Order: sequence, then C-alpha cells, then structure tokens
Amino acid sequence: MLSKRIIPCLDVREGRTTKGIKFKDNIDIGDPVEMARVYYEAGADEIVFYDITASHERRDIMIDVVRKVAETIFIPFSVGGGIRTLADMRDVLLAGAEKVSVNSAAVLNPEIISQGADAFGSQCIVLGMDVKQVGVREKIPSGYEIVINGGRTYMGIDALEWAVRAQDLGAGEICLNSIDADGTTNGYELSLTRLISSHVDIPVIASGGAGRPEHIRDVLTHGKADAALIASMVHYGTYTIPDIKSFLSENGVKIRAIW
Amino acid sequence: MIAIIDYNAGNLTSVSRALFHIGVENIITSDASQIAAADRIIFPGVGAAGAAMASLVRLGLDTAIRQAVADGKPVLGICLGTQIILETSRENQAECLGIIAGSVRAFSESFQEKGITGLKIPHMGWNRITLKTDHPVFAGLSPDDEFYFVHGYYPQPADAGQTIATTDYGIAFPSVIGKNNLVATQFHPEKSGAPGLTLLKNFSNWKPC
Repeated sequence: MLSKRIIPCLDVREGRTTKGIKFKDNIDIGDPVEMARVYYEAGADEIVFYDITASHERRDIMIDVVRKVAETIFIPFSVGGGIRTLADMRDVLLAGAEKVSVNSAAVLNPEIISQGADAFGSQCIVLGMDVKQVGVREKIPSGYEIVINGGRTYMGIDALEWAVRAQDLGAGEICLNSIDADGTTNGYELSLTRLISSHVDIPVIASGGAGRPEHIRDVLTHGKADAALIASMVHYGTYTIPDIKSFLSENGVKIRAIW
Repeated sequence: MIAIIDYNAGNLTSVSRALFHIGVENIITSDASQIAAADRIIFPGVGAAGAAMASLVRLGLDTAIRQAVADGKPVLGICLGTQIILETSRENQAECLGIIAGSVRAFSESFQEKGITGLKIPHMGWNRITLKTDHPVFAGLSPDDEFYFVHGYYPQPADAGQTIATTDYGIAFPSVIGKNNLVATQFHPEKSGAPGLTLLKNFSNWKPC
C-alpha cells in the first residue's frame, strides 16, 4: 500500500533559507543544503524548495543549491518559485531536482505545462496552485478562485476547473496551497483539498495551515490528500518528523515508518 | 566500473551521484565500446517507452544491452529501463528489447478491468516490496523498507518465475523482475534513501552465478 508523504518546504532567498531550523539548543541553520540533510535523515519523504529570490538574474544561486542538495540527499525533491520558461525547468532538473513546480507562470501561460511535460515527462511537472475562497458565482462555480502574487491578484479562474485543465495539459501532480489557511497554523483547508483531490486522478499535495499533527492526519484522511506540505511546525522545532509520523501511524495513516 | 547507459531518457546524474556517494566508480555513457568494457551495467530511464526505444536503436545501444546480458555481466534496470527489457509496452504500443518475455501494462486498464477506483495514477511515492525469493541484491533489507516509485505502467513477465518481488497498489504488480545476471526494479533505488543505497551497494558487489 502506498504511503502518504510528509514533505517539508524550505523557502530560499539568494541561497539562504528564510526560516532556519531552531533545534532544542536553539542553533539556527540557514543553509538549505544542511537543512535538507537534517530532514532527509529525520525521515522526510520528499523536500520542496521554494525560491523566493526577487531577481531573476540571481537564479544561478539556486541552481548551485540544487546541485549541492542532489549530492547530499537521496530522496526526491522539487524546486518552485520563479520558474517561467522551459529553460528554467531544464536548469533545475539538470542540476538534480526530480520535479519542478510552476505556479503563476502556468496561470499566465498554461502551455508551459504541456511543453514541460512533453520535454521532461509529466512526472517532473508539479502545478502549484494558490487558492482563495471567494463564494460561488457564475465564473467561479466551486467558490474557490486562483490567485497569484501571494494572493493579491485574483485571476477570475475557478480552482477546480484549473486543476482539471492542468491535469489534461500534462501536470503530474498538484501542490494545492490555500492562501486563507497559509500561515494560520489552524489546519489545512479540508473542503478545498477534498474537492480538488477527488476530481483529479493525479496526486495532490496539501499546503497551507499545518500547525499540529492532527491537521496532517485530517488532510490525509478527510481531505483525501496524497501528501502534506509542512513548514513552521518543524522549522521551529515544535515537532519533529518522527513525532509526526508516529502520531500518524498510531492514527491508522499509512506512512513510511523506517528510513 | 559501472556504466550507466545514457540514451536521452531523462537525467541520469542522480543514479551516478548515488553511486559516488557510496564509493562506487561509474560513468554515464552512450558509447557502446565503454559499455562493452564495463564490469556492470545500469540501465535507467524516465519518460515514454516509444521515444526511449527509438533513442536506444538510433544509438545502437539495444545491441549493447543485449550483449551485456548475454555475456553474463550484472545488469540493473531502473524504472523505464526495467519496462523496456520486456517485449512490448502499452505505452505508445512500443516494441521493446524482449530480453524478458512479457509486456508492460497500464494501471488505468488493469484498474478498469478489475473495477478498482479511487487510486491515483501515476503510482507516486513510497511503497514496500514483497520478495518472492531471496536475492543477493536485496540482502540486508527489511520487508518494512520502502522504495520510491513514480510510474503509470508496470512490467508483467510472462513467466511468473521472473518476478522477483511484487508491490501492492490496488493489484499486486511485479516491482522487481529479472533472471540470471539481470535484475530490474520499477522503483528508483537512487531516490529511495538508505534502503536504495543498500540495494545499489549490493548490486555493485553482486556476483551472479
């Protein structure tokens, strides 16, 4: 039986993580390669890097990080943030990432999904979706709308329709981020996750809102997610990945228990 | 020296990096003479079966792989490399190498035939394997170890004796196949953490009888 995946997400700006891991001795590590190694050894099933470097010209720094990560950890990892072209995808994949994640670039130019899938295979192409609940109206029948620019720009696109379309264009996986839940640590947006995951055939990673292991259990069961993205709850040392996995296992969620 | 066969089927550096990490020398090559000179062969690959077979034939590597298997060299297939070892694939209706009798089947069709619903395709993530028989390449691994899979198609040898291990995903599909000096995994040992590295280490020391 396939295990549900637990995926730490690291935000990286100009080669440094924006939130370091705070261990019990309160040492702050800002090196994404070292953080990746720590999470790899702690049993992360996959790692997501999100490049928030403002300047497109400084992307070479991230490529260098990707190369070093690929020499250090032997589990899949993906890179998102600022991926706009096929050349951006190629750079990240050749540097050693398993997958690339496209978000706003795909909203503005959906063909990037099919071009990426044709060039590198669907299994490499993750669609990142930022979603806000807006209420049901004619253009937004699901009540969930696609947003970009960190939630500031509403695109007039229905989230469910976009997810299905992205799958048809060749996306191999969806990373579904609820802007409403993101940063709250009050739990994932279960209704949204369940809606999207039950209407697509490809795996869905739930993102946004994780604060406690119960939240992860809920999104992997009621929310029908295939994987859960986590950030601050592990970065700040509140929980470890073994803590989370033990809790999930005790609660009947199939996870990878040894590593 | 292990030769990792390069036939334009995805990024092969992750296999190479994993081998270097465990101290095993290797080269990525599409040169038939280097493949002939190597002690062991790894035949990886991601992507679609049709395009991959076309590349192999164009580069003359179909012959090199058949020869390595016939010579008794240890050969490890990974993912698409594993599927291409069979005779035919449902993916692109591709004619494959035919080193092992059998075909590559689609999860979507198998699920439909059996009335299985609610499982995502591709089968993506970590899963266990159940060995049908002891195999030196799997020495030191626990039945609870999991491996990283990402695939929509799976190998189905005609001879059940050539299924080394199965994995449960709606159906019990063959996840490791092989015969004699050939072993081939549907999962990615190079992305399967410690158990995957153990497998690669075992392969690098394997002396098939």
